[in-house]
Amino acid sequence: MAAIESNPATAESLAPLAGPATSPRPLRIALIGNPNSGKTSLFNQLTGLNQKVGNFPGVTVDRKSGFAQLTPVQQAEIVDLPGTYSLYPKSLDEKVITDLLYDRAAGNYPDFVVVTVDANNLRRSLLLFTQLGDLGLPAVLALNMMDVAERHGIRIDLPALERELGVPIIPMNARKGIGVAALKIVMAQRLDAAPERFWEPDETLLPLVRQIRYYFDLHNDYLALHYAQQYRHIGFLSADDKAYLQELTHKYEFDATARQAAETIARYGRINEILLETVTVTRTETREPISNRIDKVLTHRIGGYLIFLSILFLLFQAIFAWAQYPMDWIDQGISSLSATIQDNFDGPLVRLLTEGVLAGLGGVLIFIPQIALLFGFLAVLEETGYMARVTFLMDKLMRPFGLSGKSVVPMISGLACAVPAIMGARTIESWKDRMITIFVTPLMSCSARIPVYTVLVALVVPDQAAWGIFNLRGVTLMGLYLLGLFSALGSAWALKIVLKARERSYFIMEFPVYQWPRWKNVGLTIYQKVQAFVMQAGKVIVAISVLLWVLATYGPGQQQETAEAQVRQQVATQGWNEEEASRRVASARLENSFAGSFGRALEPAIRPLGYDWKIGIALLTSFAAREVFVGTISTIYSVGQDADMGTLQDKLRAEKDENGQPFFTSARAFSLLVFYVFAMQCMSTLAVTYRETKSWKWPTAQLVYMTGLAYAAAFVVYQVLA
Amino acid sequence: MAFFRNSSPLVAAGVAARRTAKDLRLGEAGTICCLEDPEMALKLLEMGCVPGVQVRLSGRAPLGDPLMLVLGDQEYTLSVRASEAATILLKE
Repeated sequence: MAAIESNPATAESLAPLAGPATSPRPLRIALIGNPNSGKTSLFNQLTGLNQKVGNFPGVTVDRKSGFAQLTPVQQAEIVDLPGTYSLYPKSLDEKVITDLLYDRAAGNYPDFVVVTVDANNLRRSLLLFTQLGDLGLPAVLALNMMDVAERHGIRIDLPALERELGVPIIPMNARKGIGVAALKIVMAQRLDAAPERFWEPDETLLPLVRQIRYYFDLHNDYLALHYAQQYRHIGFLSADDKAYLQELTHKYEFDATARQAAETIARYGRINEILLETVTVTRTETREPISNRIDKVLTHRIGGYLIFLSILFLLFQAIFAWAQYPMDWIDQGISSLSATIQDNFDGPLVRLLTEGVLAGLGGVLIFIPQIALLFGFLAVLEETGYMARVTFLMDKLMRPFGLSGKSVVPMISGLACAVPAIMGARTIESWKDRMITIFVTPLMSCSARIPVYTVLVALVVPDQAAWGIFNLRGVTLMGLYLLGLFSALGSAWALKIVLKARERSYFIMEFPVYQWPRWKNVGLTIYQKVQAFVMQAGKVIVAISVLLWVLATYGPGQQQETAEAQVRQQVATQGWNEEEASRRVASARLENSFAGSFGRALEPAIRPLGYDWKIGIALLTSFAAREVFVGTISTIYSVGQDADMGTLQDKLRAEKDENGQPFFTSARAFSLLVFYVFAMQCMSTLAVTYRETKSWKWPTAQLVYMTGLAYAAAFVVYQVLA
Repeated sequence: MAFFRNSSPLVAAGVAARRTAKDLRLGEAGTICCLEDPEMALKLLEMGCVPGVQVRLSGRAPLGDPLMLVLGDQEYTLSVRASEAATILLKE
């Protein structure tokens, strides 16, 4: 039956292989395998820098794809699928796989799959492989970490295993790139034969299975069985189709859970038979594996937490101290460039360029060192396998707050950016845990808050040592982060009481073996994140900066001119010097511009927090993205000022209130800082929450809750300190 | 389905002093007999907790939960909560 069924696939895959010159599209190959089986390394080896991250249709799971040059004349599109243990998805992440593999008619159905298998974990890895085989998918098996397995005394009879499985097997070490060339050669051949069949639905299931198969015109029984098993979660089925399947499964008294368990047991039985024939294990070492010995230290009762705290501390040190140097270069570079341009040219367009575009651009570029460091750090923790230990250490601590150990990874990633962090919450199987995690993650201080924090802290906190080793500014920043963390935990706890659980939460997880980070993977992650930030956030920030410059430079009707005339009169009577006069004129013009009118309209609402209309403008513009705040104030305070004024710090220090005192007092700065700790000033986060929860209820609740919290906290801070 | 026990009836039928993976002492190993909770069983099975496989308790998180279980012959380590380990019944 296998041969007959794979015929259509043969016909399909023949066409693109007829010749590279005439091929309508390149081969499409999906990479699939267990988590930690070396799939990502293999993907990077195959595609190099030639990859892009997009979304799977309809969902926000990262869809990484790229092109591999198989032979000098043949390219193939490689799609990297999320890691999974079986074709019965538990999390939304894994659902992407079944959505892709169930629909043979879909445009992006792969021609064949490359299954990555960890040679040290053959039995469990082959479970997924046999399921794929039974779906009738042509496959190549990339047997990864062969060298490690051999060192552990695992001997695999490759030709025998190839015969048993019915597919080509390529032994390799994806980290080192060994075996990749051989894999490419095999991939370039036409692969049309599906593997052996390993398991078939037993006869009692056949009436149900056959009925589904003919109704949906499916190519095999096993696929039909999957329809019966998971029709509720199959994205492309219509409501009618689902109703039909529900009726059928009801009629045949189909017990999905028991049947799936029976299938899994039967598969392991078959796999054991195969392994008995093909694998011999002679244990050479009796000592515990190194990884387990490292675990003894890293998950130690006391030491484990101390190490985790030190790592977090190092992370903050990196972001705040080390990143400062490149950030200063960027800041000074931009302002000297701007000054050079202003010295040599003049006119409205030049001012638009320097005060609008360059000021906004500086606000984007200055982020790069911190974002690169943060994502690099997180990538290293993930790569080494330490992140899994963190979830293990934290699980019990997080549970009283309605979170699980798995919430820790999104929350730590939330320190970089809430958008990928919220997407990362997909790995949490329990609905309630996941919702709570999504809801509270934006309270973790993300990298977009860094510039707001940095600018304001530097303004009011002296740069001096505290308790000998710490820097007072560093301690303040740490305090802001802790404030975010505790508010996230408190909110989670409150939400745990409000939300009713529909299902139980799991915490079954494999510990990846410790390994050195693959710097290529880390580098690629940093590159992709920085690029995404500059291209996506950057566009918005620059656009808003330009718009803002226009709004701040021009005003409604003759208002600006009238105000300027008034000031000029005052200048004449007060006898101010030239500098003071031009400052007053610029200030009056800004106050009467379009932006000034918006700020003024907002002023009554924010006066209790200590803010004036200039900050009002910044609050409005940074509503879409909080990082715009710095860009905005640097634009607002640049308008009419000398470009020689230099950095933003100097501009803010020079700002005076109506009594001629410095405007940015501690009370004002801390009120703003606390506001930004809590406020949901990020459109992208709201959008991603909407997409992830598929309801407006969640983003609305987040927005109202966080803004309310921010307002209340800022009010208290200002009133107490002022 | 012998591997799978729908809690009450079979337990009442006479497995009085049943031991689970949760009851293992640190470093002690046992052999999986069956899985008690059908939902949880699916996940555990996929991760390789198959009846007949050896489990060894290799560590606990600092607060006593979750547990670190080594499966098979040093093959790999799973992290499970104590409540989840309590659904893995061991052979006598």
